[in-house]
Amino acid sequence: MPTSTLLELTDRGLFCRAGDFFVDPWRPVERAIITHAHGDHARWGMQQYLCSVPSEGVLRRRMSEGANIESLPYGEVREINGVKISLHPAGHILGSAQVRIEHQGRVEVVSGDYKTDPDPTCAPFEPIKCHLFVTESTFGLPIYHWPDESEVFADVNAWWRSNQLQGKASLLMGYALGKAQRALAGVDPSIGPIFLHGAVQSLTEDYRRAGVALPKTGLVMEQPKDFAWSQSLLIAPPSVHGSVWLRRFGDVSTAFLSGWMAVRGARRRRAVDRGFVLSDHADWAGLHRAIRATEAEEVWVTHGYTAAMSRYLNEQGINAKPLATHFEGEQDAPEEAT
Amino acid sequence: MRDFAELYRAIDETNRTTEKVTAMAQYFAAVPPEDAILAVSFLIGRRPKRLVKRPDLITWAVEAADLPQWLFDECYDAIGDLAETIANVLQGDGEGGEEHSLNWWVSERLLPLAKMDPALQRESLLATWKELSPYERFVWNKLITGSFRVGVSQELVVRALSQVSKVPVPTLAHRLMGNWDATPDFFRYLIAEDEGESHHSRPYPFCLAYALEGEPSSLGERNEWLAEWKWDGIRCQIVRRNGETFVWSRGEELISERFPEIVAIGNSLPDGTALDGEILAWGNDRPLPFAELQKRIGRKVLTKKILEDVPAAMVAFDLLEWNGEDLRVQPLSERRALLEALVASEQVGNLKLSKAVPAATWEALFEERLTAREANVEGVMLKRLDSPYLVGRKKGSWWKWKIDPLTVDAVLIYATRGSGKRASLYTDYTFGIWREGQLVSFAKAYSGLTDAEILEVDRFVRNNTLEKFGPVRTVKPELVMELAFEGIQVSTRHKSGVAVRFPRIARLRPDKKPEDADSLETVLSLLGAKA
Repeated sequence: MPTSTLLELTDRGLFCRAGDFFVDPWRPVERAIITHAHGDHARWGMQQYLCSVPSEGVLRRRMSEGANIESLPYGEVREINGVKISLHPAGHILGSAQVRIEHQGRVEVVSGDYKTDPDPTCAPFEPIKCHLFVTESTFGLPIYHWPDESEVFADVNAWWRSNQLQGKASLLMGYALGKAQRALAGVDPSIGPIFLHGAVQSLTEDYRRAGVALPKTGLVMEQPKDFAWSQSLLIAPPSVHGSVWLRRFGDVSTAFLSGWMAVRGARRRRAVDRGFVLSDHADWAGLHRAIRATEAEEVWVTHGYTAAMSRYLNEQGINAKPLATHFEGEQDAPEEAT
Repeated sequence: MRDFAELYRAIDETNRTTEKVTAMAQYFAAVPPEDAILAVSFLIGRRPKRLVKRPDLITWAVEAADLPQWLFDECYDAIGDLAETIANVLQGDGEGGEEHSLNWWVSERLLPLAKMDPALQRESLLATWKELSPYERFVWNKLITGSFRVGVSQELVVRALSQVSKVPVPTLAHRLMGNWDATPDFFRYLIAEDEGESHHSRPYPFCLAYALEGEPSSLGERNEWLAEWKWDGIRCQIVRRNGETFVWSRGEELISERFPEIVAIGNSLPDGTALDGEILAWGNDRPLPFAELQKRIGRKVLTKKILEDVPAAMVAFDLLEWNGEDLRVQPLSERRALLEALVASEQVGNLKLSKAVPAATWEALFEERLTAREANVEGVMLKRLDSPYLVGRKKGSWWKWKIDPLTVDAVLIYATRGSGKRASLYTDYTFGIWREGQLVSFAKAYSGLTDAEILEVDRFVRNNTLEKFGPVRTVKPELVMELAFEGIQVSTRHKSGVAVRFPRIARLRPDKKPEDADSLETVLSLLGAKA
């Protein structure tokens, strides 16, 4: 790859030669800057990690014990080998950051995963002017338009109430890191008790420690065997769907909270009772608003609909190309990492 | 329109039939009769024909969404459903649109489309799309493209109507027969109180057989059992009462209209008779393969030609009512004697007796069963001679002893996206077998894989595509699967020159290389047939 840019794609990930560091590398390197703690961006085995301050708690939980993790407050500049680094909110999950890299008057930004819609559990996406913008494109097709968060949660609340009337427990599934806590912040806790799956519980504690206000919850595992679940909302990762873990609840209505639920086939394939459209990624319009706001002269497109997104941007007069990274984003497959 | 779209969503989002029925019942109870009857007719498959040409629809959607054509195609590829793709690429959430009833939308917007030229259709559609929310748009697009389908059968619709009206299911099914217009008056008639008409149309609940897993000798003495062929057709009851004939399928669906020759049999029977048996396509004094009968199933209009090409016969195997008396508690041997006498005395050529398979011992019966495939039957039925006619699937007195399926190792050569739940996944496969050093297409199969395996094969297809022809992808011939099927016929549909019945995937064979797959010669020899 020609190096008029600060960043280049190597077989280990996005690399800044001048600063000798990687952003979200997928193979062990010496110095890694991590945009956020989801498994396809934060991998094991790096000698040094650098992440945002609010991301640190969650990242520590997910990396091996004793990992060398350093954190930087949003907006604070750190110099690495003469290259200026700063981290800026990406609005994806707690602590998610865009990495701003500046060297000799040139600015490049790696967005990681991001969304432009509001989310009470993390700092809002901050547009940054740059020469090169590396964007995700998980939902980079014009079939994805997110409804208002408030409408989605009104539907979730109504579903929960209706299940209560029918004597059914309500199981809301979403990624354990990010989506589960956003769900918790969005539902109306006055409707009934809320219980968490173990995998959601520990990450939720990290959110609380980081100062995110979340309603009171119990732990599924700690309830007695004969507990009556029919009034409760249960929040769990998608992997519990169809597993024996569900047996204890008796009659239960299942729902999945994801951007993929915007497409009928994906929803039916899940075989859940309800699909609620709520994503921690930007929708089609959000992606384009974010890209335009950077005023970047060049855009690199990673994970998702990279080819379609790049072609469309080029037709709109923005110089763009797809990038073959190992980021998987939020995949529409049953075997999510979280 | 909002209520109807919500009903569609409620039905579409659940796999539980009770929830589907509840959703329909709530809808029927809540809306005026003119809406309810339209919903009934759409839900049972009397959907409008395609009113707008597909290329026109795409052109206008691309224009309204202000997208390049290629990007629309990408979207369609991701979703796999045109109505939904259009609904999703269009912006707007129905702002400014007034809420109108389903009846209003159908009479003011849908039906007029048929008489409009394309320019007017375009104008009408662009306005409609703007006024509807995305989900309403989707349902609307389904209606105007003649592709309105949702996961309920007529049986479930009838159950919902019955819940609301307290009218018995058979009465409703009967009232829905024949020609009717979707008017509020018809809906009122449909749900009006039953005045005894259900009694004379009603079939008996069907007795169903269990599959025999072990050896038949475990059932006891051979002479305690009646052995018949297991006919491969449509299970039905002919009910003749009060001078009227009703032909019922096993799903309590009235199928009289689709089989006039079977109704003719019923018309010749005395009042107070109910026969249980199987409808078969019949020619040259033997059953024709099920594929022939399939040509008649699902056809609403029967042409003279189809009636001549695929004549239907009834093979009767039980007599449930005689002289108005319910015989079900009588032992099979006695019902059978009456049935034999009845069929012998009838002068109707297409009423047949399901004859006993003549084999004195279990060993002899085993030998006979091996000839089942040649006789175009699925195997042997075993029925205990001293048993009453039971309701539903009860273990013990009726057993089906099917012939084992044939299996072949074949190579995946083409894949197409599925529909519905499987839209956007490659789930419909065409398999090849070897002929003179080349893989020739041999069978299509859709079912048999687990969801996880489907994802695995989908990934393989996407990563190993050689060519795309529209929705079909040619893939690298690498994946071997074991196919099971029931029979074989000469056919021009596949390059191999044969077609198989009931093909399904028995399992993936990752242990096999494509060169290990079977050849046409093996397949033919396996069947003892000649090419």
